[in-house]
Amino acid sequence: MATDKTSFQLVVNGILNENPIFRLVLSMCPAVGISTTVMNGFMLGIAVLFVQVFSSCTIALFKNFIHPRIRIPTYTLTIATWVTVIDMVLAAYLPEAYAKMGIFVKLIVAFAIITMRLEMFASKESVNASFWDGIGMGLGFMFGMMALGFVRELLGLGTILGYDVLGFKPLLFFVLPFAGFFCVGLMMAFFNYIEIVYKRAKRA
Amino acid sequence: MHTIRRILLFFAIVLAVPVSAQAEGLIADQSFGKANNEIVVTFAAAVDRAVVEDPANYLVYEEPDPDIKLELVTVVLSDDQKTATLTFAEPLNVRVGHVVSIDRLVESGGATTFKVVQPYLGYLLSILISALLINNFVFTKYLGLCVFFGTSKRKDTAKGMGLTFTMVIVVSAIMSWFFYQFILKPFDLNFLQIVIFIGLVSLTVQAVDTVLRKVNPALFNAFGVYLVLVIANFVIIAVPLILADNEYNFFESLMLSLGAGGGFLLALYLMSSVRERMELANIPQTFKGVPIAFIVAGQFALAFLGFSGLSLF
Repeated sequence: MATDKTSFQLVVNGILNENPIFRLVLSMCPAVGISTTVMNGFMLGIAVLFVQVFSSCTIALFKNFIHPRIRIPTYTLTIATWVTVIDMVLAAYLPEAYAKMGIFVKLIVAFAIITMRLEMFASKESVNASFWDGIGMGLGFMFGMMALGFVRELLGLGTILGYDVLGFKPLLFFVLPFAGFFCVGLMMAFFNYIEIVYKRAKRA
Repeated sequence: MHTIRRILLFFAIVLAVPVSAQAEGLIADQSFGKANNEIVVTFAAAVDRAVVEDPANYLVYEEPDPDIKLELVTVVLSDDQKTATLTFAEPLNVRVGHVVSIDRLVESGGATTFKVVQPYLGYLLSILISALLINNFVFTKYLGLCVFFGTSKRKDTAKGMGLTFTMVIVVSAIMSWFFYQFILKPFDLNFLQIVIFIGLVSLTVQAVDTVLRKVNPALFNAFGVYLVLVIANFVIIAVPLILADNEYNFFESLMLSLGAGGGFLLALYLMSSVRERMELANIPQTFKGVPIAFIVAGQFALAFLGFSGLSLF
C-alpha cells in the first residue's frame, strides 16, 4: 500500500490536520513542562524532528525484515538509538540549552507520537514518503511547542525569544510551571472555538 | 506469623540504631532540626549558658570530611537550660552524619564529641513521601500526561491502570538498578542508559503480560489492556534515569519507584473522581472534553504545590 499524497501534502498534513499536540493530543508532557519560552520549544522541536525523521526512515528501510510479533520492541530500540545520538550531540555542542531541557531530551524515547507514526505510517510506506511524513510530524510538534512558548513567554515575561517586546509583564502567572496545564487547556478551547465559529459561518 | 515477627524485629533494630549511637552521659538526644540548617541537642542535665551559647566552643564537620569546618552562626539554649539549637550559615546535607564536638562543656576541660545521624527508616520514608506528594510525577514534574488524560475518565479504569503501573514500575526500576550498578557502571557503558532502560521496560511489560495470561487469566482480563499503555508512559523511563543520576542504593530505589507508582495511582484516582462528576456539569461547548480536563489538572497542580514545604522527618 502506498500513499498517493505528494511530499508537500504530507508535510502540511503533519502541521495542520494531524498536529501532534493540538489535534492528536499526544506528547503532552513537554508541552506542559518546558514550553515556557519560544526557544525551549524550538530546541526540543529540533530534537524530536531529528528522531522522528531518522526513525521513520530506518523503519521504512527495514520494514520487510521485521517480524510482526516483535515490531513494537524493534521500534522502541530504533527510537532509543536515535535519541541517544541526539542526546549526546546536544550535550556536547549546546550544553546550556541541554541543561534547560533536562531530562526531556532522554524522554523523547517514550514519545507516543513517534511510535505511533512508525506503526501507522513508516511500517507500510516507502522511505521517501516516510521521510516527508517524519518532517511533517516533527514540524507540527515544533510548531505546537513554539506556539505555546510564544503565548507563555509573551504573556508571562513580555518578551519574545528573549527580546523585550511589551516593556512590561502582563501575567507572570503564565511562566510558572503549573500554568502549562491552564495554557494548553485554554489554547485547545480557543482552537475549538474557531472551529465552531467556522462551521457556523459555513452553514449560514 | 513468624515472618511478621521477623519483619517487626528488623524495623525495631533499624529504629534502634540511632539511639544506641548516642554519646553516653551528658548528651541525652541529638537530631537535625525542623529547618534544614539546624541541629538540636538535648542535654541530660542543665548546662552552663555561657559555655553552650558561645559558637567559638563548637567544632562541627561532616563525617567524611573532617577538614571542612561548618560555619556555626548562633546557638540558643532553652529556658530550662537543657535544649540547645545550633543554627548554621548554610543548609546541612542531612544524608551524611555530622560530628559535633563542644569544648569546655564538662568540668575536666576536654571536648564532648557526638555524632548526629538521621534515622535511616525516616530517610527512606521521606523519599517515598517526596515521590508520592511533594514531587508527584504527574502534578509537579508533568510526566506521564498522555496516559494520565487517556485513562482518567472512569474510576475503575483509573484504579486498574494505577495498580498495573505501580507493579510494572517497581519490577522494572529494580531491574534497571541492578543493570546500572553491576553492568553499565563497571564497564563504563553509561551512554547506553536509554537503550538499556527502555529495553528492560519493554521486556518487563512483555514478561508480566505472558506470566499474567498463564497464571491468572481473570486478572489478565481486567488489567491486560493497560499493559500496552504502560510503555508509553514517561514516568516509567524517567524513574530509572533519576535512579542512575542520583546513585541511589537498592532501598532508596525501591522507595522512589513505589512512590512514583503510588503517586500516579493517586493522581489518576483524584482526576477520575472529578471527571465523573464533570460529566453532569454544564460546561461550555468549547471546553468540553480535553480542554476542561487540562484546566482541572492545573488546579490539582496548584493544590499539590502546597505540599512543597512538607517535611515529616
